[in-house]
Amino acid sequence: METGVTVLISLFFMVAVYLMLSKQLVRILLGIAILGNAVNMLIFTNGRLTREIPPLIPAHLYTPETATANPLPQALVLTAIVISFSFFAFLLVLAFRAYQELGTDEVNKMRVAEPENDQTPPQGY
Amino acid sequence: MAGSSVSVDYADAMITTPIAAGDWLIVAPSLITMLGGALCLMLRKHTDLQPKLGITLLGVLVLASFALLVRVLDHGVITMVMGNWLPPFGIAVTADTLGATLTFIGSVVAFCAGVFGMKTVSNSGRRYGFYPFLLLLMTGVCGSFLTADIFNLYVWFEVLLISSYGLLILGNDRIQLDGAVKYGVLNLVGTNLFLIATGLLYGIFGTLNMADIAIKVAELENPASGTLATVAALYFLAFAMKAAAFPVNFWLPASYHTPNIVVSAVFAGLLTKVGVYALIRIFVLILPASLGYMADIFGLVAIVTLMTGALGALAQTEIRRLLGYLVIAGIGSMLAGVAVASNSEVATLAISGAIFYAVHSIIVMTALYMSAGIMNMMGGSYNLRKLGGLYQKSIAFAGVFLILAFAVSGLPPFSGFWPKIMLVDAAFKDDRFWLGAAILVSGFLTTLAMGRIWIFAFWRGGPEGTPDGKSVEVSGSSQSDLASGAIWLPLGILTALVVYFGIQPEWMIELSTQGASSVVDPLGYIRSVFGEQG
Repeated sequence: METGVTVLISLFFMVAVYLMLSKQLVRILLGIAILGNAVNMLIFTNGRLTREIPPLIPAHLYTPETATANPLPQALVLTAIVISFSFFAFLLVLAFRAYQELGTDEVNKMRVAEPENDQTPPQGY
Repeated sequence: MAGSSVSVDYADAMITTPIAAGDWLIVAPSLITMLGGALCLMLRKHTDLQPKLGITLLGVLVLASFALLVRVLDHGVITMVMGNWLPPFGIAVTADTLGATLTFIGSVVAFCAGVFGMKTVSNSGRRYGFYPFLLLLMTGVCGSFLTADIFNLYVWFEVLLISSYGLLILGNDRIQLDGAVKYGVLNLVGTNLFLIATGLLYGIFGTLNMADIAIKVAELENPASGTLATVAALYFLAFAMKAAAFPVNFWLPASYHTPNIVVSAVFAGLLTKVGVYALIRIFVLILPASLGYMADIFGLVAIVTLMTGALGALAQTEIRRLLGYLVIAGIGSMLAGVAVASNSEVATLAISGAIFYAVHSIIVMTALYMSAGIMNMMGGSYNLRKLGGLYQKSIAFAGVFLILAFAVSGLPPFSGFWPKIMLVDAAFKDDRFWLGAAILVSGFLTTLAMGRIWIFAFWRGGPEGTPDGKSVEVSGSSQSDLASGAIWLPLGILTALVVYFGIQPEWMIELSTQGASSVVDPLGYIRSVFGEQG
């Protein structure tokens, strides 16, 4: 089962990298969103997939009777989802504001901070 | 417990001995800044109160981190495990000399920035949360330096990153939005790479505790195996991106000159060093075998980073952008130390050189950005072509700048000299002559770049076009602020530290050697996390 999910994850990574190599900021952001999901699935799969055995401990025991699904990756993924979601929201607003102010969403044309044909430093002493 | 039919020995799962009162200090840096940041956020509309509250809290942070450093020096590595679960199940927070030293120096720099920000951050900047963001940034920085759990390190990185976004766009100018887009996207990709590597590492070892991973890696038959090599390469790329090493350095010169000058100062001081710290922690403590076969890549990246930084600095007209490239050159020196650390005979010397250099770079880069801010206040520009005649305006400030220029170039008798000697010495002992040479050449080129600022901004009589021997009065952007102690006190503290570490380097050499041996020989670290039996 891990193998199948791994193929899916690699597809996600491919799409993410392809989108992030674009010049359009919106596509880069979509790539980042997909990258975040790819990473989450990767962590999830790395905890090994076990179906239909929830990590519940019967009332009279202190440890589970059999091997159960690993709950830790789910906790990690939950943390990562919250973080990547909030970052994505921030970057979307940032990109929109940048589009309003700079009038472009093409990264090659965003040259306000590093202007083309910048002044050279004074020559000679 | 009562009513339960099964008796449980809690000592199997939990730490039952009470925690020594002094060990609570280890959570103090994160706790003070997090709660303080929340308090500041609630009071953000009280713009008069903001600096007082923020600076007080940062002052408390300095005291707490100094107490922590003293405690670590007295008692060795100290560990606290969250929820008292026995490691590796509980999240461990561990302070060794490396983490405690960097926490202390980072707090001092943040305190200085808080004071400097009294004048440079406007009321609207305060209302939009300069002080809360600064405090929360320190939560992330201190947390990263003190955590012993690799996923926790990722979380602190994100805390640091989101606060830095807030600081970076404070003011909402066009140029800031442009810089923030590049900074934001590339840093987020960097932390995602970090997370991928962490996920894979968890898949291999089933644990996230750094000490536990270090033990398990050491027990591997073939520590250079394929899966671990993937993890190591991903970590290297991720932290090199955070540290702005070539060829993933482009976000730094694109963004560091855009925000308020005090924000630039904090960023230049702290952010990239957290990346270097993570590199040292991961590669020297956890993956020493991977460092062994990646040492040449580290060395190559270090050389190119040193040259990119120094040559980039020479090509700039804008002082802040020039300083941004010097930050990169400094990262190259620290990476050189990590590269040499692959040779176990000189590892302690190399890493202690890198740690000392990190401390020096944190202080001196912050101070240099602050002086760039003062140059703008005095001379009205950050442009080398428009500046001039500052020596006449303030001889004392010119002297301070000259001290900082010497220090950043690595000239004696200031703080940059000693770590460079240690790094070059270690590189030569490891027969990496090119690496040592690159450090020295980069230092020479840095001297030229700083000398250029000195000649054009301070020494000549006025802006470009002023005839020799004549002097022209340049008008500053905010002359009234120059009379304020809030500008001079932080610069004074940082310069005093630069001079002190230059003339009396023994204390810092001692600290960095101890810090280096705690990662090079991780037994003490592992024992502290797992208790004495570990």
